[in-house]
Amino acid sequence: MAYTEEELKKELETKEYEYGFYTDIDSETFPVGLNEEVVRGISKKKNEPEWMTEWRLKAFDAWKAMKEPEWANVKYNKPDYQAISYYSAPKKKDQYKSLDEVDPELLATFDKLGISLDEQKKLAGVAVDIVMDSVSVATTFKKTLAEKGIIFCSISEAIQEHPELVKKYIGTVIPIKDNYFAALNSAVFSDGSFCYIPKGVRCPMELSTYFRINQAGTGQFERTLVIADESSYVSYLEGCTAPSRDENQLHAAVVELIALDAAEIKYSTVQNWFPGDKSGKGGVYNFVTKRGICHTRSKISWTQVETGSAVTWKYPSCILKGNDSIGEFYSIALTNDFQQADTGTKMIHLGKNTRSTIISKGISAGKSQNSYRGLVQVSPRATNARNFSQCDSLLMGNKCGAHTFPYIEVKNKTAQIEHEATTSKIGEDQVFYCNQRGIDPEKAIALIVNGFSKEVLNKLPMEFAVEAQKLLEISLEGSVG
Amino acid sequence: MLTIENLHAQVEGKKILNGIDLDVKAGEVHAIMGPNGSGKSTLSAAIAGHQDYEVTKGAMLLEGEDLGELDAEERAHKGIFLSFQYPVEIPGVSVTNFIKTAINANRKAKGLEDMPANVMLKKIREKSNLLEIDSRFLSRSLNEGFSGGEKKRNEIFQMAMLEPKLSILDETDSGLDIDALKIVANGVNKLRAKDNAIIVITHYQRLLEYIVPDFVHVLFDGKIVKSGTKELALELEEKGYDWIKEMA
Repeated sequence: MAYTEEELKKELETKEYEYGFYTDIDSETFPVGLNEEVVRGISKKKNEPEWMTEWRLKAFDAWKAMKEPEWANVKYNKPDYQAISYYSAPKKKDQYKSLDEVDPELLATFDKLGISLDEQKKLAGVAVDIVMDSVSVATTFKKTLAEKGIIFCSISEAIQEHPELVKKYIGTVIPIKDNYFAALNSAVFSDGSFCYIPKGVRCPMELSTYFRINQAGTGQFERTLVIADESSYVSYLEGCTAPSRDENQLHAAVVELIALDAAEIKYSTVQNWFPGDKSGKGGVYNFVTKRGICHTRSKISWTQVETGSAVTWKYPSCILKGNDSIGEFYSIALTNDFQQADTGTKMIHLGKNTRSTIISKGISAGKSQNSYRGLVQVSPRATNARNFSQCDSLLMGNKCGAHTFPYIEVKNKTAQIEHEATTSKIGEDQVFYCNQRGIDPEKAIALIVNGFSKEVLNKLPMEFAVEAQKLLEISLEGSVG
Repeated sequence: MLTIENLHAQVEGKKILNGIDLDVKAGEVHAIMGPNGSGKSTLSAAIAGHQDYEVTKGAMLLEGEDLGELDAEERAHKGIFLSFQYPVEIPGVSVTNFIKTAINANRKAKGLEDMPANVMLKKIREKSNLLEIDSRFLSRSLNEGFSGGEKKRNEIFQMAMLEPKLSILDETDSGLDIDALKIVANGVNKLRAKDNAIIVITHYQRLLEYIVPDFVHVLFDGKIVKSGTKELALELEEKGYDWIKEMA
């Protein structure tokens, strides 16, 4: 038998979260609730300098005066911010000097995720800074990087070891008052990654961080800061998985990228957080603020594959401040069951001859809602700005939704803006055609979806692209065998 | 090779096939002709296992094995190939990637490992040379923006790659000019062999000048009303389908 809409739908509904497990690790967790004492407590726990504590408190004050935004095309029960614990760290002895010292259960968890350090070490050219429940537990390849003067460590470590860099750049691209979730993150961020590439250095390996949310009821507030000094280059990968959980988990990360003159940053994300079960219960709320600033002749490229989370609210953006700078955004957002995604980008053209490209691929299945929201803004002095945007949507079944909200604000007559959009549906005839060639329905859908997403998959580093392709397959297929 | 006994089939409750009997042996080429609406495409879809086509009575056997309970992809694994009248587009999936996926899916069904890349490459070269296919064609998205001739040639290329036991060519001549028709027919002739069989479904006699059948069957109102050798096709061309209608 070939495949009908009905069966297709049924099959999609049988999808189960692959990484649905929970590791019982002895952790140290703050009591629930958020107040000045908690903010101070986090800062103290992390042994932060006074300026950092003050910065957090300023952010907390700002946050208190702000309202949770409601403009996105998503519906959810707002989290009770007083019912969340804001700090959870695996209890540590001192520093881990080798893998032997790491909690075996933690290592087993990494194994399940397919990212065992052993494997990672062998993987050519990938250094991994693993963030688990907010505290970095292991960093590899640090030495190789150090030889080139590259700093790649947890943000907590950077605050201790390189306070001048952190102080100079943190909050410069995303000010603490930028938005509700960024303010919250600034107040309570627990950990995250820091990366600095010195002048003229080309980072010899893909820098890679895996994030997880593990402890029940702890929000995760990651803070990432990447600084590429003049004429440097770095490719940064961020991958995420999370265990199944019954209650909603909040994730409000902030990522700031700084590309100084003639520098290039490639930032790739594969996100696979628990999307909630088939009835729409549970799942991660992903409210992320990601933004980069491009100085003269520099380039920032965001690539994202978003398959997880119950609610996604995410707009990796570029401020094209310097003349001749380039911003790129390549995105695949896949939603299934009751998932909701409102994602896109902002390209702010300030400098002359600035260029931006937006390629967005939205895939909706089940009863999910998938929205692209993008802003292309050309300021009065941004002479000869160019933008090309392409937003394609693929629908599976007839209970899901795809939406496109492109905003274009042009204040300079020399700008050239192009916007293309398409919507298509996976046809029974396409699936039957594949079946007739011996390709089963699951594989057929994966093939069609991968074909649809190809332009974006091609932008990912090779090993990541393979992983992302698998993830798209897993996200759409059931465990039908 | 293929035995069809008293096959009845319907689509959305509408009876289309009303008792088809057909016996196709290895090495043979059978042509099935008939006017529009006689059930030609329904027959090909029913053999391929399209689930919209419900078999209500009768049986289909491939090398003695009942196809009735098999899904479309399982029938493909057994060696049934359908060259589509209207091949679908799959954007972003190259001709090469598609055929690679198909071949490995068939191998997996037989418990074999994926075909090694160099073997695959060699085979692709060999078959594309055989069918005079430009290598640039192989990197294009499947059927996207293909001309009618390119689409049909791509179907025959896949047939060459998959090496099926039984191939059904559904209206392969439709939408082709005479040059494209010759190229496609030429390709099919090169693939004729002792151990495979081909069913050519066509409205016109034209294609049969190039792919010469061993047997010709005339389908009308869901039944084979007349069978014969290639001369029957010429007679049909001359007298028109009204001649058959009068007979039925």
